[in-house]
Amino acid sequence: MPVALILGATSDIAQAIAKQLAKENFNLILAARNIDYLKRIQHDLQVRYSIQVDTVYFDAISFDQHEHFIQQLSVFPELVILCFGYLGNQNAAEKNWEEAYKILSTNYLGAVSILNRIANEMEKRKKGTIVAISSVAGDRGRKSNYLYGSAKAGLTAYLSGLRNRLYSSGINVITVKPGYVATKMTENMSLPQILVASPEQVAKRIWKAIHGRKNTIYVKKLWLWIMFIIKIIPEPIFKRLNM
Amino acid sequence: MRKKVANWGNYPVIESELYHFRTDKELENFLTLPSIIARGNGRCYGDSSLSSYMLSTLHFNKAISFDIEKGIFTCEAGMLLDDILQIIVPKGWFLPVSPGTKYITVGGAIASNIHGKNHHIDGTFCRHVIEIDVLTADGNIYTCSPQQHAELFQATCGGMGLTGIILRAKFKLKKIETSYIDHIQIKARDLYEILDLFEIYQHCTYTMAWIDCLKQGKQFGRSILMMGEPADKDKLKHHLHSSALSTHPTNHVSFPVNMPSFFLNPFTMKAFNNLFYWKNIRKQIHTIVHYDPFFYPLDKILHWNKGYGKKGFIQYQFVLPIESSQKGLIDILKRINQYGTGSFLAVLKLFGNDESFFSFPMKGYTLALDFPVKKGLFTFLDQLDRVVLDYGGRLYLTKDARMQPEIFWKSYPHAQAWHEIMRKYNTGYKFRSMQSDRLEITSPHNQEKYASSTYFGSHI
Ligand SMILES: Cc1cc2nc3c(=O)[nH]c(=O)nc-3n(C[C@H](O)[C@H](O)[C@H](O)COP(=O)(O)OP(=O)(O)OC[C@H]3O[C@@H](n4cnc5c(N)ncnc54)[C@H](O)[C@@H]3O)c2cc1C
Repeated sequence: MPVALILGATSDIAQAIAKQLAKENFNLILAARNIDYLKRIQHDLQVRYSIQVDTVYFDAISFDQHEHFIQQLSVFPELVILCFGYLGNQNAAEKNWEEAYKILSTNYLGAVSILNRIANEMEKRKKGTIVAISSVAGDRGRKSNYLYGSAKAGLTAYLSGLRNRLYSSGINVITVKPGYVATKMTENMSLPQILVASPEQVAKRIWKAIHGRKNTIYVKKLWLWIMFIIKIIPEPIFKRLNM
Repeated sequence: MRKKVANWGNYPVIESELYHFRTDKELENFLTLPSIIARGNGRCYGDSSLSSYMLSTLHFNKAISFDIEKGIFTCEAGMLLDDILQIIVPKGWFLPVSPGTKYITVGGAIASNIHGKNHHIDGTFCRHVIEIDVLTADGNIYTCSPQQHAELFQATCGGMGLTGIILRAKFKLKKIETSYIDHIQIKARDLYEILDLFEIYQHCTYTMAWIDCLKQGKQFGRSILMMGEPADKDKLKHHLHSSALSTHPTNHVSFPVNMPSFFLNPFTMKAFNNLFYWKNIRKQIHTIVHYDPFFYPLDKILHWNKGYGKKGFIQYQFVLPIESSQKGLIDILKRINQYGTGSFLAVLKLFGNDESFFSFPMKGYTLALDFPVKKGLFTFLDQLDRVVLDYGGRLYLTKDARMQPEIFWKSYPHAQAWHEIMRKYNTGYKFRSMQSDRLEITSPHNQEKYASSTYFGSHI
């Protein structure tokens, strides 16, 4: 059976992806910081799908541990899904460097650090798929979340470069921009329901994208149009908007 | 964040805080709130899981273990029966007790101590529970069972979330050879016949009846008795052998919008009831059906409850002791008949003996029917409550949204004893719901007011 590695495996989207992949007969390696929670997810998947599930400690911002993390994996996965991310608090981050650094390092540096290593290994094997959850917030900086947005913009640019590099080795890189998803991250926001996807919808879309070797996907089509409009508003007008 | 929340009856609707937790640690933080009540999937009909601070268990829903040899399942309390079925059925196991919907959580099944079509044989859900973990107001998590912390266990079964938050449960499953039911339906021309049929078919594993509450005259109480036995493999048609343990499909139709309330008038209801009764042309029908349409016919249409309109509805479920059941049912059905806007169809069932310390079922007949909320309904139901009480009966708390406290305290024989145990674990009434406040279970003065108030009825 093929093996998938899920980074940030305790997030709601990651858990939905794990179930989707289990249904497609993948064995899984789940990586995250909260080992107790990981174990619960591991048992759940084993009971539900009778697949093999391993758990490994992984901290996105312990960059110096990342090489060791890759080395210790018992098998190298053909599919890697990067799900970790940190929304943080924009206001706090404007005043407090630590919060700003945490947003930038988790969403951007952490992703680059681990994906660099994974990409090199996959390139050697000439085989593999990388899926990373970026964000529509990276499509254009807005005052309400531009720290998170700029980190995700960095990630999106990184992924398109990586896709370009790995294309000739037959490795596919997929950028996912989910839009609003009903997860822990958005639990306390009141959002227009037509724009909100469920984690299961995201997981299904991702599975289809893996299968169809897609490049960049939005989960709900509507987001494509919304972001298109947001992107074409001329800057002299955009800067006056309350977004 | 404040949210509009209602349970299945869409009455009452409140705006209040709904919190979620995913780990034990996150849960601990919520104990600092002034008060909380656990909320499963909101399939109770009234206000049992509503309050100013609700704690959803839906993200605390992991499977923990499944012993396929012994048929023992362990999971977190927020897991849905729907998910459990998907896991256990292919391995030849089924839920020991199942309600009329699979969209409830294990925590909800225990807190309401639910019953199914097999109550007269297998009792309530909690009879099959081996062990539960409960977080109480002091912040401790007790592992309790009929043997260990037995008091807490008994008070939590049917305790409507008032002893604490059920976190995990381990329970026994029922062995099945196929996922199909050997199903017999018999038409009963009136109430007397259906009561006889229930007696005659007491040995059947699953029994319940649809009863037409609107029919007057000679066919008063006409019904259809539905019976079922788990089907053996040799009962299945050949083409089904390879899928003998198939689970239910996951697709359904959604009820589009709230129906305008004039849709449900006495005329449409009578027409519907006639249709239902006459679609069974023969006296007796024998079929082999999958468990899904047999146990969960209403689950096919998600949110069918919207059919009752914006104002919502009350599901009224009572039980009468066996001695007074016949007399009481005639009396109550006549009153409902006069009132005129009872539901399409009501569910009638004969319970067996029940050993639970604090739960709804008792040996006798239970009837459940829906009333759309409208002017005059609550006055009528208050009158009906008195009648139920006079026959020595009681109402199902998980369906209740409007009963007066006095009725509750008088009709649940162990209310006082239960309350004393519950209070030990629920210090300062940390766990409280709109229902527990309304019934004066979690208000300070109830002790003297309702002391030894159990009432055994004047009609028996
Ligand atoms: C279509 C339909 C058919 C039904 N048929 C039947 C039937 O045949 N037999 C029957 O007995 N019932 C039946 N019910 C009622 C239903 O089974 C119960 O109301 C059940 O308790 C709902 O569970 P829930 O997970 O939705 O919990 P909720 O409705 O959210 O809560 C119900 C109660 O359980 C408590 N609770 C929930 N989770 C926990 C927890 N983890 N710890 C402590 N307390 C908790 C809540 O505080 C509340 O008091 C039916 C309901 C519907 C909608």
